[in-house]
Amino acid sequence: MLGKTAGGLFWMQRYLERSENIARLVDAGFRIALTRSEAAEDEWASVLTTAGVRQAYSQRYDKVDGSSVINFLLRDKTNPSSVLSVIEGARNNARLVRTALTREVWEATNECWMTLKEALRTQISDNELPDVLSLIRQQSAQVRGAQSGTMMRNDIYFFAQLGTFVERADSTARILDVKYYVLLPSLSYVGSSLDNVQWETILRSVSAYRAFRWLNPGETNPRNIAQFMILDQVMPRSLSFCASRMASALEAIAREYGGAGESLALASALSQELASTNIDMVVDNGLHQFIQDFIKRNNTISARIEQEFRFYH
Amino acid sequence: MTGDKPHFDEMLLPDGSVRAPYNEFCEWYGAQDASRLRTKARDAENFFRRTGITFAVYGEEEASERLIPFDIVPRIISGREWARLSRGIEQRVRAINAFLHDIYHRQEILRAGRIPIELIAKNEAFLPQMIGMDPPGGIYTHIIGVDIVRTGPDQFYVLEDNARTPSGVSYMLENRETMLHMFPELFRKVRVREVSDYPRKLRRSLAASAPRACNGPPEIAVLTPGIHNSAYFEHSFLADQMGAELVEGHDLRVVDGRVAMRTTQGYRPIDVLYRRVDDDFLDPLTFRPDSALGVPGIMDVYRAGGITIANAPGTGISDDKAIYSYMPEIVEFYTGEKAILENVPTWRCSEADSLAYVMEHLHELVVKEVHGSGGYGMLVGPAASRKEIAAFRQKLKARPGNYIAQPTLSLSTVPIMTRQGLAPRHVDLRPFVLVSPNGIDITPGGLTRVALKKGSLVVNSSQGGGTKDSWVLDE
Repeated sequence: MLGKTAGGLFWMQRYLERSENIARLVDAGFRIALTRSEAAEDEWASVLTTAGVRQAYSQRYDKVDGSSVINFLLRDKTNPSSVLSVIEGARNNARLVRTALTREVWEATNECWMTLKEALRTQISDNELPDVLSLIRQQSAQVRGAQSGTMMRNDIYFFAQLGTFVERADSTARILDVKYYVLLPSLSYVGSSLDNVQWETILRSVSAYRAFRWLNPGETNPRNIAQFMILDQVMPRSLSFCASRMASALEAIAREYGGAGESLALASALSQELASTNIDMVVDNGLHQFIQDFIKRNNTISARIEQEFRFYH
Repeated sequence: MTGDKPHFDEMLLPDGSVRAPYNEFCEWYGAQDASRLRTKARDAENFFRRTGITFAVYGEEEASERLIPFDIVPRIISGREWARLSRGIEQRVRAINAFLHDIYHRQEILRAGRIPIELIAKNEAFLPQMIGMDPPGGIYTHIIGVDIVRTGPDQFYVLEDNARTPSGVSYMLENRETMLHMFPELFRKVRVREVSDYPRKLRRSLAASAPRACNGPPEIAVLTPGIHNSAYFEHSFLADQMGAELVEGHDLRVVDGRVAMRTTQGYRPIDVLYRRVDDDFLDPLTFRPDSALGVPGIMDVYRAGGITIANAPGTGISDDKAIYSYMPEIVEFYTGEKAILENVPTWRCSEADSLAYVMEHLHELVVKEVHGSGGYGMLVGPAASRKEIAAFRQKLKARPGNYIAQPTLSLSTVPIMTRQGLAPRHVDLRPFVLVSPNGIDITPGGLTRVALKKGSLVVNSSQGGGTKDSWVLDE
C-alpha cells in the first residue's frame, strides 16, 4: 500500500480513539462536578491538562467552569483536539484512504461524522450532556464494529490497530501523568475521601471503574490501581496491553512484508519490559519518572513507524 | 424562457401516447404508488450521502458537500436508436485519435489546408513536447466522453467532445446501482443493457496500452489532485473498482527511469497512469513550474517509453471549441466518410462574416468561450437580460477569436418526478468511450444530465443540473 495510505489509516484511528477518550474524560469530570462541586474547578483544570489543551483553553477563556470546558472539549473548532475537530480529522483521513476501507467501514465513519456534526452544532447544556456523550460512544462503537467485522486482517488492519493503540497508550499515560501524585504511596493520605474520589475519577476516565472493583473486590488502593492501569494484561486500556498490541501489530506487518524494522524492535522491547516488571519495582524506581519515560518511548515508536513505513517521505 | 419552443419529448408523443421505448416502463410506473416512489427518491438521496457521492463546488464559500440530484425516471433509448448513435460515435472517436496522431507528426491536415494553421500553432492546448512522440499502442485518448443532444426522433447532434479528463462515469455507475437496488422488479420487466462492467473494461483497456518498459502484469494507478477536487469521489471510485492504486503527485517520484509510487515497502514502478490532472499541472519540469499536483520529470519517462499516460498529454486540443467546428472536415479527412453524427451548426467568431451574424443575433444564440468548460463564461441569448447581452457584446468585440456561437437548440425532454407528477425537462447525453489497441468500446447509454429547472437548458451539475439513469434496451 502507499505510505500515505498507511499514514491515513494510522491517523484515522488515532483521531477516532482520541474522540472516545475525550468523551470519557468529560464524562469523568462531569461526575465529579455533579457529586463534589467544590472539587469541580480543579477537576476540570486537570481534565484540560490531561487532554493537552490547557493553554489553548486559557487563550479563549478566563475562567475554568464546567460549561465552557465541556463545550471547548466537545465542539470548539479552534481546539484541534475537540471531539468535533478530531471526528472531522478521522473522516477526512478515511476519505483519503477510502480505497483501503470496506464499504461498511467508510459508511460507518462517514455517518459518525454526519451525526456528530449535527449533534455538536449548538451549545451543549448540562441536561443534554449525558445523551451527547452516549451518542459519541455509540457512533464510535459502530465504526469499531464495522472495522472488526469486515476488515481483512492484512496490513490495512494492522496500521489501523497501530493508530488505535499508540493513541490509547498515550491517553492512559497522560491520565496517569496528571494524577500520579494520587497514586503515590503516602502515609498521610491513605484512605482519605479525597483520594477515593480521585481514584474513582482515574478509573472512570478509562471506563474501568466497575471492572476494577470486580477484579479487586475490597482492595481499592493506589498500588492496585497503578498496577491495573499500567501492567494489567486483561485491562484493554493499560499501558502494558497497548504496548503488547502495538508489538503484535508490527509483528504481523513484518510477517506480511517479509522483514522487521526498528519500530518492531522498540515496541517489542517496551512490551516485554512491561510484561516482566511488577508494580513494586515501578514505584520504587519512581512512578512519575516511569510514566514520563513511557510517554517518550511511545512517541519515539510512533515517529519511527512514520519513517519506516514512509508515511510522508 | 428558452425551453418554451416546441421540443421533442422522449417519452410522450404530442397526442399523449407513450413512445415505444418507454412502453414497459410506463406500464410499471402507472401501477406504482406515488408516495412510495417519493419515498424511494428520498432513499436515493440518503444513499448517495452515506456513500459520500458528494462534491465541492469551486468558488463556494461554505463548501460543505453537495449532492448531484438524481431523478428516478430513467432515460430510455431503443436498441435501434443506439446502434445508429454508436456507429457515429465510433467513427468520430477514430477520427479524433487519427487527428491527434497527425497533428503531432506530419500534420497532413494542415498541409492540405483543411484547418487554419493558427488554430493549432497558436493553441495553448497544443503541446510541442508531444511532437514526434509515439504513445504506447498509438492511442492518444483512452477515454472520451462525447456530449450528445437530441432535437427529434432521429436527430442527434454532438455538442462537444471531451478528450481531456471526461468525468461523470461514476455517476452513471452509481445511478444504475441505485435503480437496481430500489426497483429490482423493474429490471425483471425491462431488459436493459448492462453498464456495470465499465470498470473491468477500463482496466483491460488501460492494461492493453502498457508501455515498452512494462514487465509482467501492468501496474495501473489513478492520479488525483486530491480530496479537495470536485471530482474526487469519482477518482477514488474508479481506482477502487479497477483495483488500481489512487495516487497524488507527492506519492510519486522518478526512480531509475520509471515513475514510481511510494509504498510502505519502498518505491514501486507504475506502468499505466490514468491521470485526472490537467496537462498544465502534470510535470513542473516541463509545464507549469508551480504545480504540486504532478511529477517532476514524468514527461521524460513518458517520451522514453517508461510509462503510459492516459489520456495522453496534448489531447486537449480536440476539446477546443474552434477545432470542434471543424470536426466534420476532420472526420471526412481521416475516415474518407461523411460524418454520421453531425455537429451543432457553429459560427466561428474569428471569421468576420460569422462575427457579424452573431453580433446581430446575440439574443437568439448560445455563445461559448473556445477554451471554456463547465458552462461558465457563456451567454445563453434567449435567457439573458439586455444588460448581459450588451456586456457580452463588448467581450466579443474585444476578443472575437475567443468565441463560437450556436443556435439555441430545442433539446429533447424526458420527464422528471415532481410533486405535481411527471414534468418534462431538457436533457443531454454523455456516452463514455474506451479506446485501446484492441478496439473501441462504447458503454451502452452513458450519463444523462437533466436541467432541473423548468425550461432551463443548463444541465451542468456545477450549475444545478441533475442526472438520470440511462437505459439502452436490449433488443
